[in-house]
Amino acid sequence: MTRFITSSFSHLILLIGILIMVVPVWMIFASSTHTSSMINMNGLQMFLGDSFYENYLRVLLYQGGFFKEITAFKMFFNSFIMATGVAILSVVTSLMAAYALVYYRIKYATLLFWIIFITILVPLELRIFPTYSVMAELNLVNSYFGLIVPISASAIATLFFRQFYKTVPDELLESAKLDGANTWRFFVDFLIPLSKTMIVAMLIFMFVFGYNQYLWPLLVTTSEQYWTVVMGLKMMSGSIVHRFAFVMMSMVPPILIIIVLQKYFIKGVFQDK
Amino acid sequence: MKKVQFKSSYSQYLFLAPQLGILLIFLYWPIIQTFRDAFTMQDAFGFGSKFVWFDNFLFIFDDPAYFIAFKFTIIYSFVITLITGSIGLLLAVQANNVMHGKSTYKTLLIWPYAIAPAVVGVMANYFFSERFGLLYHLFHELWGFNWYESVFDSYIYVIIAGSWKQISANFIFFLAGLQAIQKSVIEASMIDCKNSFRRFWTITFPLLMPTTFFLIIINITYAFFDTFGIIDTTTIGAPSGETRTLVYKAYMDGFRGLDLGSAGAQSIMMMLIVLVITIFQFRYIEGKIHYN
Repeated sequence: MTRFITSSFSHLILLIGILIMVVPVWMIFASSTHTSSMINMNGLQMFLGDSFYENYLRVLLYQGGFFKEITAFKMFFNSFIMATGVAILSVVTSLMAAYALVYYRIKYATLLFWIIFITILVPLELRIFPTYSVMAELNLVNSYFGLIVPISASAIATLFFRQFYKTVPDELLESAKLDGANTWRFFVDFLIPLSKTMIVAMLIFMFVFGYNQYLWPLLVTTSEQYWTVVMGLKMMSGSIVHRFAFVMMSMVPPILIIIVLQKYFIKGVFQDK
Repeated sequence: MKKVQFKSSYSQYLFLAPQLGILLIFLYWPIIQTFRDAFTMQDAFGFGSKFVWFDNFLFIFDDPAYFIAFKFTIIYSFVITLITGSIGLLLAVQANNVMHGKSTYKTLLIWPYAIAPAVVGVMANYFFSERFGLLYHLFHELWGFNWYESVFDSYIYVIIAGSWKQISANFIFFLAGLQAIQKSVIEASMIDCKNSFRRFWTITFPLLMPTTFFLIIINITYAFFDTFGIIDTTTIGAPSGETRTLVYKAYMDGFRGLDLGSAGAQSIMMMLIVLVITIFQFRYIEGKIHYN
């Protein structure tokens, strides 16, 4: 009986927590399916209206007055390029750097370690204008390269891969050496397959990180052709229901990825069962 | 370190080169420029700059707005850490308690983590708008809430907007921490101590210390840096600069005011703060907690 009461109490608390998370998002979604005059008269809505297709299609495809030169569709395209680029570039470079740090007897290993990891203490926000002027000097403003590379200059994934490699038993390298594997073969044929979960987890982490960037795209894109979804929120105009629809669509990709690949993400980041 | 390793050879540099190259060009070069900016002053007409020692730093210490931003950033990170940490812990303990539906709860609480702070800010905006914001009207009924004019009310606005999504991260980390505690420890404590409330604070919570301190750092970093998008889409510093974080103020001074010297000096001050927090964590806290 006590067991039943305490467990009901737990379910109740969790339910309240979930409501706090779900209700605001639901209300914006429900409101995005109404007409603007309905919202202006009656405020945010709790129930669905019938303007779903009308509102969302208009936001996705309307070109000209609403987004001046760019459609929301193009913004999603840019965001995907940026997020995928950040994920792949940072994961590949981190995977390799961590490999050298763990599996080589390097002379200046400690120095290299610090050169790489001290960078975690200096987020982009602290060096944003100088980074911009570097990009301007290299002629990389208004390019996908300019959106992607400074965000990928991150050693967070390196730290995770290094921790992971250290838990790999020494016998793996010993037996690989007996099989005659060189450094490259050991890396590609033995270590990478073993790190699959960690690699997926880091790809998810960096994809969401890249997709959610706001300040950097705002600064580095003066041409609308390179606007991303999250920064587009600041730029968009249009009626209230269209803005609701845009906000709703902007959060779908990262949420979907986190929910679908949740298992990998949690396993990798927390080394959880 | 590994007992078995490859001998040092040129190939190690091939593995290191991509990351080191990117870090040197897109991180170290800008950092060096930040220091150069911080110790020079731009000519008013943009014709040149001259070395001015610590003048830019003296200017920011003379600026009352800097201390307002400093105070707000400290309060903001403290309150966000406290709120998101305790709600996250409460939810994680309940989720760890239930027999059925643990993974469903995990899924239903993990997703806000993925939403961009700027998107959260835009959403919060709709709930705090004077025209149809539900929370605006609820709080207005209760005590005449008006974030356009009251500093306290604008704090409440950005704290709610800033805490909402971060609860999710705290929940996931605490739940992982709870699940890592060995069953035998919990079973033994159940025999020794019947009161579950006391058992939690004397046995479970101390075992969660590594997670707790990790989350404190995560939450402080979040409140310092990631909330830029939230401030920029909610109060924009309203009523009159009281809800600007240090990062937000540095950005505004550099971007709107085109004062790169001041922005550079403010960035270096923040690097120092981050460094102090990190050293404090490594030296003081890491030594005091027990890992099982």
